[in-house]
Amino acid sequence: MFDWFAQLGKNTIEFYARLGKEILLFIQTLLAFGPVLMRPGLITQQLYSIGVRSMLIIIVSGFFVGMVLGLQGYNTLVDFGAEESLGVVVALSLVRELGPVVTALLYAGRAGSALTAEIGLMKATEQLSGLEMMAVNPVERILAPRLFAGIISMPLLAAMFSAVGIFGGYLVGVDLLGVDEGSYWSQMQAKVDYDKDIVNGVIKSFVFGIVTTWIAVYEGYKCIPTSEGVSRATTRTVVYSALVVLGLDFLLTALML
Amino acid sequence: MPEIDNNLVRIRDLHFSRGHSKIFNGIDIDIPKGKITAIMGPSGTGKTTLLKLIGGQLKPQRGTVFFHGEDIPSMKTKKLYEVRKKMGMLFQSGALLTDMSVFDNIAFPMREHTELPEVMIRDMVLMKLQAVGLRGARDLNPSQLSGGMARRVALARAIALDPEMILYDEPFTGQDPISMGALVELIRSMNDALELTSVIVSHDIHETLAIADKIYIISQGKVVGHGSPQEMNQSDSPWINQFVHGEADGPVPFHYPACSYKDDILQGV
Ligand SMILES: Nc1ncnc2c1ncn2[C@@H]1O[C@H](COP(=O)(O)OP(=O)(O)O)[C@@H](O)[C@H]1O
Ligand SMILES: [Mg+2]
Repeated sequence: MFDWFAQLGKNTIEFYARLGKEILLFIQTLLAFGPVLMRPGLITQQLYSIGVRSMLIIIVSGFFVGMVLGLQGYNTLVDFGAEESLGVVVALSLVRELGPVVTALLYAGRAGSALTAEIGLMKATEQLSGLEMMAVNPVERILAPRLFAGIISMPLLAAMFSAVGIFGGYLVGVDLLGVDEGSYWSQMQAKVDYDKDIVNGVIKSFVFGIVTTWIAVYEGYKCIPTSEGVSRATTRTVVYSALVVLGLDFLLTALML
Repeated sequence: MPEIDNNLVRIRDLHFSRGHSKIFNGIDIDIPKGKITAIMGPSGTGKTTLLKLIGGQLKPQRGTVFFHGEDIPSMKTKKLYEVRKKMGMLFQSGALLTDMSVFDNIAFPMREHTELPEVMIRDMVLMKLQAVGLRGARDLNPSQLSGGMARRVALARAIALDPEMILYDEPFTGQDPISMGALVELIRSMNDALELTSVIVSHDIHETLAIADKIYIISQGKVVGHGSPQEMNQSDSPWINQFVHGEADGPVPFHYPACSYKDDILQGV
């Protein structure tokens, strides 16, 4: 019985010690944004490999999601004779929910896993130790530029996702199913509110950008430096990102409603 | 605590454990300035760990590591990074950055720490590459190098900033006989010409005896012997003898700690 309490205490202390270290590392990475901004070359390189190279999957997915929204929305709305509002339905679903959430999930699979694997392999091949011994701080040189680029990329990718999705909805709704083009756009303009809807979505994708990129970078940096360790860390990145994004989405929606 | 003797590194009463396994149990090591000091021991004794302790990448539970009379484990990060600029480390695997060419790898520390113009960096990189015989390989990527070549590129990178001390982790493993000879030559001549202090961690007894000025033998967390190569060869200590002559039987265990073989076998019945 006594042992059990001792064990519980030990685990609790260890948990908080680890949590403290994680938060400390996060703060150190944020503080490193200063020096990193003085070297924009490091950031553009990461913007390219994290952001630009995720664009294709984001755009293609956004297009299909938009088309599905067009179809489903039309089918439901037409029963109420409200198919003129298709534009609003498509735009609101994308801007407020699907844009930020689906983009974050795709991003975790495409860019997050790649980040974890890259950093994990750098650790396994002693490149991170090598940097430290060359008096180059890996937090500053490796983690910070990647986190920064991820935070910038996510809202932009989500915006692209939504824009392409609205276009996909338009193709299906207007061109295929014959919704009036004028009302598709004008209702959208009238009903989508900048402060309430757009900003809401941007805040979400900004938060998702921080969280998913941090998970990816952290898992790589802390992984067990073997091939098995790297592969596990990569899996964890995708799983944790997905769970955290969906959980946070509910929380943020509730808070901002 | 300023030091008046000629030791660049002084390790005193160093204790280090990983989880429950004790790796160092109070070791004292002196690394004299301008000399080649070899630290030997069977694999798994903690030779790489020792280099990381000297470089400040790991912190000991107890004891001190003085570099120029300053204690490395108690340094603040900023100070530690300053001190590391005076050290070069050659990792076992080379640890080259895989996303850049051989040339850029060697230029990397110069670009990070100096404001030198590119033309000058180019000259210096070519000089370092010439020294390790790989000037022709400058445009290759690390993935295109053999293990031995990668080690030589890493050596060129380790001397990029003209450090005072170089730490070599198993420099001889995986070298063919020709590059082995060249490497031994290179370490010796670099040490003397650049007035470096070298620390070689190795279990290749012959090469190490040929090159070192001073040798430490570590086993089971303790220093079991030290002295010049001659002293090592003539020593009558069973620890040293066993290691120098490569015998499986002796005080240095070949087996990882385990219960008795007989018990283990019988347990399956
Ligand atoms: N990252 C690590 N985590 C836990 N144990 C480790 C780690 N690195 C090394 N060890 C253990 O520490 C001991 C010493 O390792 P190392 O210094 O690499 O030995 P050597 O370089 O002499 O072969 C080994 O028993 C090894 O299993
Ligand atoms: Mg080793």
